[in-house]
Amino acid sequence: MEVEAAKAIGAGIACLGMGGVGIGLGNMFGNYLAGALRNPSAADGQFGRLIFGFAVTEALGIFSLLVALLLLFT
Amino acid sequence: MTSTNTEVGHEAGAKAPFPPFQTETFASQLLWLALTFGLFYYLMSKIALPRIASILEVRSDRIAQDLDEANRLKDESDAAMAAYEQELAEAKSRAHNIAQEARDKAKTELDGTRASVETDLANKIAEAETRIGAIKTKAMLEVDGIAEDTVSSIVGELFGGKVTKAEIAKAVSGVKG
Amino acid sequence: MANDPIHQFNISKLLQLDVGGYDISFTNSSLFMVATVGVSAAFLIMTTSGRGLIPTRLQSISEMLYEFVAGLLRDSAGSEGMKFFPFVFSLFTFILVANLFGMFPYFFTVTSHIIVTAALAFSVIGLVVIYGFYKNGLGFLKLFVPSGVPGVLVPVVVLIEVISFLSRPISLSVRLFANVLAGHITLKVFAGFVVSLSSLGLGGIIGAALPLAFAVALTGLEFLVAFLQAYVFAILTCMYINDAIHPSH
Repeated sequence: MEVEAAKAIGAGIACLGMGGVGIGLGNMFGNYLAGALRNPSAADGQFGRLIFGFAVTEALGIFSLLVALLLLFT
Repeated sequence: MTSTNTEVGHEAGAKAPFPPFQTETFASQLLWLALTFGLFYYLMSKIALPRIASILEVRSDRIAQDLDEANRLKDESDAAMAAYEQELAEAKSRAHNIAQEARDKAKTELDGTRASVETDLANKIAEAETRIGAIKTKAMLEVDGIAEDTVSSIVGELFGGKVTKAEIAKAVSGVKG
Repeated sequence: MANDPIHQFNISKLLQLDVGGYDISFTNSSLFMVATVGVSAAFLIMTTSGRGLIPTRLQSISEMLYEFVAGLLRDSAGSEGMKFFPFVFSLFTFILVANLFGMFPYFFTVTSHIIVTAALAFSVIGLVVIYGFYKNGLGFLKLFVPSGVPGVLVPVVVLIEVISFLSRPISLSVRLFANVLAGHITLKVFAGFVVSLSSLGLGGIIGAALPLAFAVALTGLEFLVAFLQAYVFAILTCMYINDAIHPSH
């Protein structure tokens, strides 16, 4: 059972990585909103890049979630 | 208490490996992916995409053509409008010319008749004046004779023939001034 | 076993086939690959068969898909990249439809297996490398030497660039795989919470409303992810193709 316990602890630690992604996504959306309020006419044109950045950044969080899930379920 | 998260972990840890990492399924998946994706690529590149491209091209051509047609019709109607306006202006100027000519002609005719009438009148006046002059001089000449006759007869009546003709004529012309 | 969150990724053989020692059975994964290709190809071909000047509703969906991918590729790789349009279009449509198929309950998700996404990613990188060398010759190696770097730093920068290039197929495949896999597992875990909580009695049933709401919200997020990951895969493919066409950046 030590292995199981170690796995659970490892999965918990792996999920900490998602905190960084949370900071990153918050940063991104916050800056987008700040920029959009300064220049609303340019906001629509950058929405695609925002979504792209969201997907690429979010993938990093998913990686850590994946590590946690792999630890738990394999 | 049958199936919580941790219990699943329990079972799976002891059991079959994680399905995406089961290497014995890789050959089958790769082969079928290659087959299906290859077929899909073939269908897309040979049938679907050229067809959609041609649809879009036909549509944009058609729109461009319609726009050209509309532009052409607009140009035509503009040209017709310009021609109409030009004709209108020409007709106006022509009508103006005709009226001007008619007015001029009438004026010259009027002037001609007036001039001839005036010369006529002037001639007649001149004629009448000469005639009046002639009559006047004749009458004047006769007046002298009549006056001399009257004077000689009045003098004869008063004084009885002592006055000569020359004296009488001298007196008459002195009266006349 | 029904609540096992990874049970949905199991591959079961529908038709046993063995050729030359390789197991190439027709599995449920193969079935859904065929279904993905069949449905999307049939949709794209049948809706456009009318060739309507004024599109029907379905035809305009096909046209929107076409113009979306064409705009994506033209914006990143220029008109020179349009020769790869069928490839990018097939990739995008295949991944999108496979992801969306995975959102149906009891359906198998083709892209939740690393081997499938890795095969797609390596085909992209293989295409980039082959076309890059074919078009630019050794000039393609300029990709690893950014212009305007001081001489001392060149080896370091080249090393970093090479590593980043090599990690491209891995990140490309793992991103798609991990997003789909993690999303499905999370959905299943929250759905499992609902089941196990409601077996605890009245209080559990009331408490199960929370994970149920989460599961519903996650389903919406998963639809977004299904589209976004196909979009990201396609746009990264376009950028890599642009690298192959214009290596000096």
